[in-house]
Parts: sequence; C-alpha cells; structure tokens
Amino acid sequence: MRRSFLVAAALALAFGAHAGEEKVRIKEDTGADKVRQNCNACHSLDYIRLNSPFLDEKGWEAAVNKMIKGYGAQIPQADVKPIAEYLGRNYGKR
Amino acid sequence: MIGRRRFIAGATLPALASLSPLARAAKGLAWQPAELPAGAVEEAVLEKLPGKVPLIKRTYRPPNFETPIDYLGTEITPNDAFFVRYHLAGIPQAIDAKAWRLKVAGDGARQPVQFDLAQLKREFEAAEIVAVCQCSGNRRGMSIPHVQGVEWGVGAMGNARWKGIRLRDVLNKAGVGGDAVEVAFNGADGPALPTTPDFAKSIPVERALDEHTLIAFEMNGKPLPHWNGFPARLIVPGWTGTYWVKHLTEIEVRVKPLANFWMTPAYRIPAGKFANVDRFPTQETKDNQPITDIVVNSLVTSIRDGERVRRGVPVKIEGIAWDGGRGIRDVEVSVDGGRSWVLAQLGRDLGPYSFRMFHHAFVPKEAGTAVVMVRAFNTRGDTQVSELIFNPAGYHNNVIPRIRLEVA
Repeated sequence: MRRSFLVAAALALAFGAHAGEEKVRIKEDTGADKVRQNCNACHSLDYIRLNSPFLDEKGWEAAVNKMIKGYGAQIPQADVKPIAEYLGRNYGKR
Repeated sequence: MIGRRRFIAGATLPALASLSPLARAAKGLAWQPAELPAGAVEEAVLEKLPGKVPLIKRTYRPPNFETPIDYLGTEITPNDAFFVRYHLAGIPQAIDAKAWRLKVAGDGARQPVQFDLAQLKREFEAAEIVAVCQCSGNRRGMSIPHVQGVEWGVGAMGNARWKGIRLRDVLNKAGVGGDAVEVAFNGADGPALPTTPDFAKSIPVERALDEHTLIAFEMNGKPLPHWNGFPARLIVPGWTGTYWVKHLTEIEVRVKPLANFWMTPAYRIPAGKFANVDRFPTQETKDNQPITDIVVNSLVTSIRDGERVRRGVPVKIEGIAWDGGRGIRDVEVSVDGGRSWVLAQLGRDLGPYSFRMFHHAFVPKEAGTAVVMVRAFNTRGDTQVSELIFNPAGYHNNVIPRIRLEVA
C-alpha cells in the first residue's frame, strides 16, 4: 500500500497528475492491496468502478491479462488470480 | 470540492434548462445518458483541470474528462470546455514552446528535417479548417452490452476552428518517396512504465498529403490548450480523434505499415460491419480494419428524456449534426415515435467537417407522451441506425434517440 502510494505520488510529481485522485477509494476486501500495488503503477483506480458492474471474474481476468500483454504491465503472474477474484467479487456483474 | 451526492446523473430537471452551462456546472450538475454502466455514473464528478471549466471526470490518471452536454449546443465548442483524452499518464506538465522541435524522418523520406515552432509558423503557408474532433470511443458507455474502456457518454467530442499549416507542405521539405505507404506520428506524452507501448499512430500517405490534414497551433483563435495538445497537434478532419496526435514531436514517413499496439489490436472495427467507412488498406486484415472516419450522427441538446412540457407551448428541438466530411444534407425530426418525419431547419454551413446546427419548433397538441426522434443524413445519403451495430470496442454508436416528452 505504501509502495503504491509512493508510486502514485512520484507520478504526480513527475507528470503533474490532476489533484483529485486521492479521493478515489476502492472497496476494502481480500486482494485490495494487490490491486493498489499493481494497477496504480499506470492508472488511477477509478478505472475499476468506471468499468462496473458488467464483467464477471473471468472478464476481469481477461482485462488484467490485457494489461500485461497489451500494455506491458509488470504484474506478477501470482497476483493475476487474486486481483481478478477481488474485482469479480467487488466490481463484478450483479 | 464537489460532493458526489450533489452530482445528479440521468435525472431530468426541467428547471435546469433555463440555467447557463456555468450555472449548472456551479451547482455540480450534469446530465448523463441513461445507458451508462452504474459504476460510470457513480464515478463521475464535475472537476476542473487547470485552464478548463468543470468537466465530467471519467478518470484522473491519465486524465479523461468529458464535455457536459450543456456546452454542445453551439457550432463551436469553447476551448475551456473541450474534452480531454489521454491513454498514458506520462504527460509533460508544461511544454516550453521555445525548446520544442518537430522532427520529420523515416525510411520513406528523402532526408530528415527538423523545425522549431517559429520556423514552422514563418516558413509555411497558414491554413485553417473547422472540424469535429471526436474520440473513437465517444458513447462507448452507451453500448449494450457494455464493453471495457473509458465509459464515455455523448461528450467525448467537440468542434473547433483549427489553424496551423498543411502537413503536406512539411512532408515535402523532407521529400516523400514513391514507396511510402504510411506517415506515423508521435507526441511528447508517453507511458508511465518503459514496458508500455508509446502512443503512436499512422495514417495512409494519401491522407497525410491531403490538403485538409493540418499541423495545428491554434484552436478557435488561441494557442492550443495544454490538454488539447500544445504546442502542435495533428488535425485529420473527418477521422476519429485517435489520429489527431497531440504534443506532436515526430513524424515518420514509412515504407512499411506501422505495427504497434495502438494500430492493432487497438482501434479496430470488425471487417465489413460498417458500410461506407473509409478504407485504410495497409492496415486491414481478414477479420478487422482500423476505425477511420466518423459516421453520420446527431445530438439533441435542448431537451432531455422525461422532460415535462405544456400543451400549446412550443418546444425547441435543437442540436448538432455532423459526419466524417461529406457534410450534412438534412436533419429530420419525428415527434410521434418515428411514424412521420419533418425536415429541421439547418444552421450556418461552416464546412463539411463541422458541426451543423438544426432547429425545429414542436407544439404539442395532445396530453401524454410524445416520443421525439432525430436523424441526420449526409450528402451521400448515409443516415443513423435504429439498432446499435454492436462491436467489441463500442465504436460508431449513431443510434437514433428516443426522447420522451411528457405533455401536460
């Protein structure tokens, strides 16, 4: 969590990210820390709720894999499943 | 700070119609289409980027901010209300116009050349055009079923008078070889991680040499806002915003098609699914083709679904129509759910790439629900569709709207 905050803060300094991002909250649940650690490296976490609730866990897993394969995200393979489970559970198809 | 609770989405508030956009924005209100995913509505807030009026925040980083519909009821979209769209978070905080350089090179160019901003403005003939800049994903949030991406409503677009120089004049200084097939563009913005593909796009060499393709420095008589590509951006009139590369720094004349993430698999439409769209042969595959020109479309800006009106009191049905450069021929309005149609009056013609205003006065005669529908036609006869042509990226949504007026 601390690391991801530092990453976000460093990005904000480097690129002048818009103030306001600090207001974005994601649901507290198992896996939220992995989401913060990984997803924050490239984008604010509002992308998650924005894209909800229409993907199931499988859809979210595909989204995470697209981040790795298409966008070059450095997400450890071991984190893919916990992230997809968290997203499916908290931001999945209702 | 604008609290989420004060942000009303999808609501119909007839009293608001009398407020100016600024007054509405000050109240923290903005209309959003009913089709948007619930999470997109919840996540939206009106927020101010430096130099902009409060816009609908879709995402903070990279910044994706949408123009509220209140600013889309005019031919020209104000610079400070113009939408902001970035893929990647590595956006320079400010660009020093004096230090900025534009490089033109590539295996399809005879010689590499480089210019500073003053040289470009001094050495080339000025050119300008009024053209719609519309994000390919405009209205993605209205795709049913929903698809992933920035869940835009109707305001990932705007119309402006762009002034700069012709791209072809600059290309001719480098010399375009006979074997060149595409011209590619890169801007000063880039990814947050070195492993993420930098955003770069190409267009067919014919399009690059078209007299209407510009390198713009100005927007509506002012220098480009930072968030819209200062100090120079590409203008590809008629084609979607993905090709309008911002903060332009490099131009590459290519003898081979550009193959990167942003050309394929990104920004693709299924092969043959949309009739009459422009070809981009060097990028087409058996299964899909790049999105190219904007499909004919319209937006009703004067009324909202569910609005209450009175019998005998004229209702203004107004808005804008546009397409990918054939120009708008007609706009038709129906007030009976599509059983009959009448021609709307058209506003000034600012050229085939511009928004065109339309107006129609409807006097409701009976109490009950009147269903208003609007469809635009371009000069080729293309019109809007009744049913969404679904595609995985949520592009080209020009479905004819059904706006219910409650007549009392």
